[in-house]
Amino acid sequence: MRFIKFARAALALAGSLAAAGGALAQEPIRIGAFLSVTGPAAFLGDPEQKTLEMVVERINAAGGVLGRKLQLVAYDDSGDAEKARTFAKRLLEQDQVDVIVGGSTTGTTMAVVPLVEAAGTPFVSLAGAVVIVEPPKKWVFKTPHTDRMACEKIFVDMQTRKLSKVALISGAGGFDKSMRGECLKVAPKYNIEVVADETYGATDNDMTAQLTKLRTSGAQAVLNAGFGQGPAIVTRNYRQVGLTLPLYQSHGVASMEYVKLSGPAAEGVRLPAAALLVPDLLASNDPQKPVVTAYKRDYEARFKSDVSTFGGHAYDGLMLVVGAITRAGSTDKAKVRDALESTKGYVGTAGVVNMSPTDHMGLDLSAFVMLEVKGGTWSLAR
Amino acid sequence: MGSNWLQFVASGVTSGAIYALVALGFSIIYNASGAINFAQGEFVMIGGMSAVMLLALGLPLLVALPLAVLVAVIVALLVEKLAIEPARHAGTVTLIIITIGVAMFLRGLAQLLWGKGVHRLPAFSSEQPIEWLGATILPQSLWVMGGAALAVVALSWFYGRTLLGKAMRATSHNRIAAQLVGINTRGVLLASFGLAAGLGALGGVLIAPIAFTSYDSGIMLGLKGFAAAMLGGLGSFTGAVLGGLVLGLLEGLGAGFVSSAYKDAIAFVVILAVLFLMPGGLLGGRGSERV
Amino acid sequence: MDAAANVSETRSAAEPRWWARPRGGGLLLLAAVIALLPLVLANNYFYEVAILVALNATVCVGLNLLIGYAGQISLGHAGFFALGGYGSAILATRYALPPWLSLPLACAAVALLALLIGRPTLRLKGHTLAMATLGLGIIVSIVINTEDGLTGGPDGMAVPPLVLFGWTVAGERSWYWITGAVLLVTVWLAFNLIESPSGRALRALHGSEVAAQTLGIDNGRTKLQVFVLSALVAAVAGALMAHYAGFITPAKASFMHSVELVIMVVFGGMASVFGAVVGAAVLTMLPQALTVLKDYEMMVFGGVLIATMVFFPQGVVPTLAQWWTRRQT
Repeated sequence: MRFIKFARAALALAGSLAAAGGALAQEPIRIGAFLSVTGPAAFLGDPEQKTLEMVVERINAAGGVLGRKLQLVAYDDSGDAEKARTFAKRLLEQDQVDVIVGGSTTGTTMAVVPLVEAAGTPFVSLAGAVVIVEPPKKWVFKTPHTDRMACEKIFVDMQTRKLSKVALISGAGGFDKSMRGECLKVAPKYNIEVVADETYGATDNDMTAQLTKLRTSGAQAVLNAGFGQGPAIVTRNYRQVGLTLPLYQSHGVASMEYVKLSGPAAEGVRLPAAALLVPDLLASNDPQKPVVTAYKRDYEARFKSDVSTFGGHAYDGLMLVVGAITRAGSTDKAKVRDALESTKGYVGTAGVVNMSPTDHMGLDLSAFVMLEVKGGTWSLAR
Repeated sequence: MGSNWLQFVASGVTSGAIYALVALGFSIIYNASGAINFAQGEFVMIGGMSAVMLLALGLPLLVALPLAVLVAVIVALLVEKLAIEPARHAGTVTLIIITIGVAMFLRGLAQLLWGKGVHRLPAFSSEQPIEWLGATILPQSLWVMGGAALAVVALSWFYGRTLLGKAMRATSHNRIAAQLVGINTRGVLLASFGLAAGLGALGGVLIAPIAFTSYDSGIMLGLKGFAAAMLGGLGSFTGAVLGGLVLGLLEGLGAGFVSSAYKDAIAFVVILAVLFLMPGGLLGGRGSERV
Repeated sequence: MDAAANVSETRSAAEPRWWARPRGGGLLLLAAVIALLPLVLANNYFYEVAILVALNATVCVGLNLLIGYAGQISLGHAGFFALGGYGSAILATRYALPPWLSLPLACAAVALLALLIGRPTLRLKGHTLAMATLGLGIIVSIVINTEDGLTGGPDGMAVPPLVLFGWTVAGERSWYWITGAVLLVTVWLAFNLIESPSGRALRALHGSEVAAQTLGIDNGRTKLQVFVLSALVAAVAGALMAHYAGFITPAKASFMHSVELVIMVVFGGMASVFGAVVGAAVLTMLPQALTVLKDYEMMVFGGVLIATMVFFPQGVVPTLAQWWTRRQT
């Protein structure tokens, strides 16, 4: 008799547990991603993919969002805009994702913009060019600083060092050309004159010819708007030909890999970067300090490689989306979009984000720090 | 301005020596099989990346370098046995596609084993640039040029004086006749692959200190190496080195005097002009056409 | 009595009915596949893949005429493809021409370019020809990449949609029918060419250039005709692709893309029109299917390529056809 009572109670308990489990086993929230994990932009896409996987796992382990698990559907576009478009279509039509975080490069992002606008799906891009959010597109947002901001940060620094003539050297890739274009546009605003403008190929192994031409151009500083391995070769060649002018690099090489490849030649190089690279140098009351310290620690422990600002952009993108979904209380695309657009005071790896209907990026110049390479590692430029 | 052109030349010669080393590998395999090996760039990459990995494991440079070359040779022998030999009766176009497949396979494998990062080897002697008449060149560039020159001398000796080398030459001239005199033509093909890979890997470790290395560095190197080999004359070793140097110089001088954005285009235009006028390349390979 | 019966038997054995011949029957099969495929295409993503297959197959059929039938090689065909796309895009945006005019103009311009560079280039043979076409393709790629004022540079440029007789072609379904029709027409044209006197001249040329010359065939002209035709076909496909995607980037002119096209032709089978279609279909769909493999994708793709060429040295379709006929006898 007692056994039967016990059995009934046990069955009831099991039943309610199953029901609870069943409630958790709802439709997962599908996060779509297309990233350049291989190819010329692997420097961007690889840490982005790793970050997304790591953060999704962590969120799911903590119970998910709105009681639902996150499901990441990620594809590798190898840096090709057409492949990115096909994968975006796959995400929207076949995988039926609720939101997209991706687009490692400007080219891949812009190819997908018409699709997300037509499908009415929120899309957070991880690419740099200012054209992504200017003019603002209803469903498109982005997390990284724009290349224009990088130029401005560098020019401001040049002004404080009383330098007014700059020589540009840039590569042939999309990032390089876009940043070069922006620098040419904003230079007059800071009373800076561009006295030379050289370029090199993405896979070139010697830039001494171009740097020699810069030497006689009357420049007081050199700006290398580049990305990938080119800037490291430029830096080494720079010392080789005996140039001693201040050298500025772009945020595209804000990584220890650049410093290691360039070796001692990188001493004294300055570049704008996210606070993510120097968590220990941040003031103890800096709101970014806990966020970047935690992310850097988790990423380096899990993947045994240096943290990267690009991975940080993916982190911010995902957290912004998660925050928006939580605030919207559902995955209804329009509501999530509105919640994204009204993000205020989100503290991420790139800075503090305040979005608005006219600003779908939300960062300002203070989000960048000017770093200088000293003793083979980063230090804050003085 | 006076010393500028010398720097352009130095820059060109540095790149050129790199292309020369890759081009030599193309000529070797062309001589043995009549086909273009589009995986040659990947052998260069394997040499560089293996050396980086072995160094990271703690081995001294002097041990890591020959081991890296050995790794590439072993990979090439495996590739030849598993992918090339089974298709040796197919046409050259099929063989070319197979080597493209091999290149992709090796690249994918490298990406899995060694990741997608870019790596550098320490320079063999010194990192201090050498200055001469206002132009500078890195000591490592001299190593690369020396390596290319040494390779040509060694290959000429090998092909001219050793039995295996002569057997390779005989096979390249007339495979059936070579078989009739008892040469193991399959072994010749195998040895050629090993030799080309070894040379490519040697190039890879020599250039890693200045041009870096990564899982996909083989693509562009293979392309430029092929162009250099064609320019100099496919099948000729001195031609390969000459082609490499000329290509490098065209790029350096083009970047310096004309336009740094178009330097590759300028180089290719010149190569095309040469090929239109001298289809056999500068030093002409085997130019006879069977009727 | 017996003799008469023998004659009629040998005649029907030697000359298969029109639906059993590749041109008639195969074309019908292709048309049927194109017409019936929408029944299994579940959503726009599948339509997208089908459209890409159709466009790639169109280029490959043209390229196959050059590689398989004429025995030449082109490692720069992506250049023609991209020039068709960019030409139409630039004429439609910067010069505000309507797309129904910009597309044919751009393709005609590409054909003219092919005519001009074809004469000197096709005098080269073998690897030298490969190098020359490779170099030309790269030069096109560099120019497109560098002239960013005109082409938008490495990030590419937006392309307006195609407007035919007031009807804006939009949506995957419409494009599916258009690209399917273009593929069908291209295949039909290819067969017409192959079975015409020009086609026979082509095949004679492939067999032996010297022998063909002794028969009075103008090698130079024949080769040039096929070169220009294949360039034109590539340009048309490129322009359609640009208007469909609404976007074009310099990657379409890259050496890698040229190599992909050649791989499709050789994989499917040289000197086989349907081989080109099959090759394009398989190698367009394979990367989509292999995405599950993530990091292993490149390795597996390379491995598939190697294995296929080792076991099907003539390419998939001709080898399968050989096996089939061997089983018949």
